[in-house]
Amino acid sequence: MTQPSSSSSSPQHPIYHLTMARIMEFLRQPDAVFWSYFFPVLMVLALGLAFNKRQEPPVLVDIVDSQLHEKLNEALKANPRIQLKDASIEQATLRLRTGRTDLLIEKATEGSGHVYVFDPLRPESVSARSLVDDSLQRSAGRKDAVEVSDRSTSDAGGRYVDFLVPGILGMNIMGGGLWGVGFAVVQMRIRKVLKRLVATPMKKSHFLWSLLASRLVFQIPGVVIILGFAWLTFGVAAQGSMMAALVVVLLGALTFSGIGMLVACRANSIEMVSGLMNLVMLPMWLFSGIFFSTDRFPDAMQPIVQILPLTPLISALRAITLEGAGLFEPAQLMRIAILATWSLISFAVALKWFRWT
Amino acid sequence: MNHDQDETDLYQQKPAIVCRDLRKSYPGKPVVEAVRGLNLQVNRGECFGLLGPNGAGKTTTIEIIEGLLQPSSGDVEVLGRSWTRDGEAIRQRIGVTLQETQLSDKLTVRETLDLFRSFYRTGITVDVAMKSVSLDEKKDARISQLSGGQKQRLAVATALVGDPELLFLDEPTTGLDPTSRRQLWEILRAIRDRGKTILLTTHYMDEAERLCDRVAIVDHGQVIALGTPRELIASVGGDHIVEFSVVAEQHSRADAFRLLALADVTSVRDEVDRWSLNSKMAHHTIPALLSYLEAENLALAGLTTRQASLEDVFVKLTGRNLKEEQTA
Repeated sequence: MTQPSSSSSSPQHPIYHLTMARIMEFLRQPDAVFWSYFFPVLMVLALGLAFNKRQEPPVLVDIVDSQLHEKLNEALKANPRIQLKDASIEQATLRLRTGRTDLLIEKATEGSGHVYVFDPLRPESVSARSLVDDSLQRSAGRKDAVEVSDRSTSDAGGRYVDFLVPGILGMNIMGGGLWGVGFAVVQMRIRKVLKRLVATPMKKSHFLWSLLASRLVFQIPGVVIILGFAWLTFGVAAQGSMMAALVVVLLGALTFSGIGMLVACRANSIEMVSGLMNLVMLPMWLFSGIFFSTDRFPDAMQPIVQILPLTPLISALRAITLEGAGLFEPAQLMRIAILATWSLISFAVALKWFRWT
Repeated sequence: MNHDQDETDLYQQKPAIVCRDLRKSYPGKPVVEAVRGLNLQVNRGECFGLLGPNGAGKTTTIEIIEGLLQPSSGDVEVLGRSWTRDGEAIRQRIGVTLQETQLSDKLTVRETLDLFRSFYRTGITVDVAMKSVSLDEKKDARISQLSGGQKQRLAVATALVGDPELLFLDEPTTGLDPTSRRQLWEILRAIRDRGKTILLTTHYMDEAERLCDRVAIVDHGQVIALGTPRELIASVGGDHIVEFSVVAEQHSRADAFRLLALADVTSVRDEVDRWSLNSKMAHHTIPALLSYLEAENLALAGLTTRQASLEDVFVKLTGRNLKEEQTA
């Protein structure tokens, strides 16, 4: 009775059992497995195809005067990308405003010329204006003052899909860390599993370590699937070392697990944690350069954009896959430092605030 | 080694649980006082029950003793140790089942027990734990496939794998069907017979009567009665309850003082639709009651007699009914 006599030593370390429990729970939820691994693949496929067209897109032009149409038709025949369409002024204005046409041409109120109506903030609209004007002026006899020639860069490594894949990978790491850790923690809190666990001699740090360990284990197939798929379907290949990429991926997974833990450290309902996660992720979806370069944001916003944890993660991955950068260049070290700082702060705060019961 | 042994013996002489003037209030408007000066001593090797209606403060009390809640004031000693100094040592020696833990549906019985076993330095094997709660045939079943009774037995097994000296059970049979309840009672009796100390909470008086060596009746955060079930029942002044009713319009014509004067009646309660008498000897009380009704010309509508239970103790002490409290 003094000391339990029928003692046998514990078969494995608690971190092993806690981690295995997380892995088993995940693998036995086929829908969770599907969404976490195949959603990013679908995204790469959809966006890769959308921006990987063999042909250049047509330029859509509405003309509101049939006489003008005849006059311009001849001049614009030279460029097959330009597609002309007759429309009333109301129709054409609506189509332009809703993005269904790129350019509207109407007769000038004075003189024999005409007027281009276009949206200077929409790239297709701007390029339609200059393409149409160029064709008209040339057919009217304008000569180029300087001789120029074009060379296309849409070979492997410089395409949009090459740029996109590291962004999707970063997004997957962010979502995986936040949802994977945050949701699991809140669910265990709601189901009173956390409370049951602190009633045992379990060390709290063991529990938190196991969350991280299981997250890192889940992240590796995610990376392999996304990169493998991008390589097989679009020939996306990394210029730099895969080991360097893996180090950045694991650091990213660690950082976002920490943020997931922080988001979930006090939440006690699924609604609350979902709201918090979306709140945390929204700025990163918008500003961290998943789909386009962060250089496009104004200089005044750059300090905020660059400090968001997803930005250095994606930038570091892009530097490795697109430019063949290593880990020890100053720009890369800076990114790694930002990520490491985020993970340290979020873990420290999460541990302090964590509510078990 | 010898020194350790002495120290362990020292702890062994202390009661399993001691609570002194335990208080717990939750901030808010108004402040909720869940526990208001509760004193308790649970001895080694006994099965002790906290009996009371929902909201009496039972769960708050047991969770303070389990180290899951901080008391607002008062002292708790568990196995001779205090939570602030020896939390780890206490946790290694106790087993806990909470009122409503939903263990992970996706894990199997064995995986769940392996996990809990890994937290304890010493304990029983997972196989022994499964056998002791009759789940050995379900060892590879996922928790989602278990019935309510099986889940509850698994919860008990997670508390047993560390081979605890002291076992806590909060409302162990709430929501279970009668067969599962009896099965769990068997398991708990076997645990008690192996010399373990058990503290359980329940709002079922039959559970407390059948399982517990001693019972504390808790109401509004205080112990209002303490003793063996037999002592408590005897304290209401009689082993039997005689209940009768007369036709409704005559109810108020029966007189409480005249009823109290009947043979062997120790107390009388007007239950609005019927009268309830505590009796030391039902076979003396009933003929006297019938003659009284005859003399007063009251028409008997119903007559029942039964053994007094802890329910009657609660009614006597609080003027309320355990069951009414639950539905309220």
